[in-house]
Amino acid sequence: MDQVIFYGLALITIVGALATIFSRNAMYSVLALVVTFFAMSGLYLQLKAEFVAVVHIIVYAGAIMVLFLFVVMMLNLNTVSTIIRSNVNIKWIAVLAGIAMAGILGYGAYATTLPARGDNTAENGTVKILGKMLFNEYLLPFELTSVLLIATMVGVIVLTKKEE
Amino acid sequence: MEKSIFDTVPLEQFVILSLILFCIGMIGVLRRRNMIVVFMSIELMLNAVNLLAVAFSAHRGDPSGQVFVFFVMVVAAAEVALGLGILMMIYRNVKSVDINALKQLKW
Repeated sequence: MDQVIFYGLALITIVGALATIFSRNAMYSVLALVVTFFAMSGLYLQLKAEFVAVVHIIVYAGAIMVLFLFVVMMLNLNTVSTIIRSNVNIKWIAVLAGIAMAGILGYGAYATTLPARGDNTAENGTVKILGKMLFNEYLLPFELTSVLLIATMVGVIVLTKKEE
Repeated sequence: MEKSIFDTVPLEQFVILSLILFCIGMIGVLRRRNMIVVFMSIELMLNAVNLLAVAFSAHRGDPSGQVFVFFVMVVAAAEVALGLGILMMIYRNVKSVDINALKQLKW
């Protein structure tokens, strides 16, 4: 049963990713990516990483994709169709480069012996355990992310403000 | 005795899945000319790496990997906000989101 769910989620993820990069309309790309992220969250749940699964839905499918959708709608790309022609060959070269990359990485993964399986029967992805880790061992990086976020916020506001 | 996903699905299959996702993202970055789609492909690559980190973390029974994934998500959120801000500025200046419109530095 686990196996069937895994293959189903993996199939949805890959089809969503392909739809993201091959659909002509940017809006469909965004929606396909949302589907991909939901399937990926299911994979996290299968791995018993509940905290990461929930944060993934909130941050990616919630915040980031809404931002993308907002930008796509705001730019209204269907009316300003750009007429810049590019080399058609480059599209096939891109696909070939991707397949070559998959081959190289696959060979690398095949040639490497994966680490031995640890004790993974216990709960290790719950909010309780990760919260304790975040506020003990990883306290300084956790506080520094707040500096990063405030800097980003100020930067974006300054960047996109219209000049008088 | 609680069951683990790795009893039925070996770690190799998670490695292969994230490898495929990473390469799809790379094809998207190389192939598409729409800046927004290129940006989404980068997100896809980041997510492939996140999936691999969580899979290894669950496989080893070590929650540190999942904390790391959390930090990657925070940085990705900041990156998306800033990147889309830059994209809006580019659109305002050149009235296009095609990457070929940005060739002022070409010569």
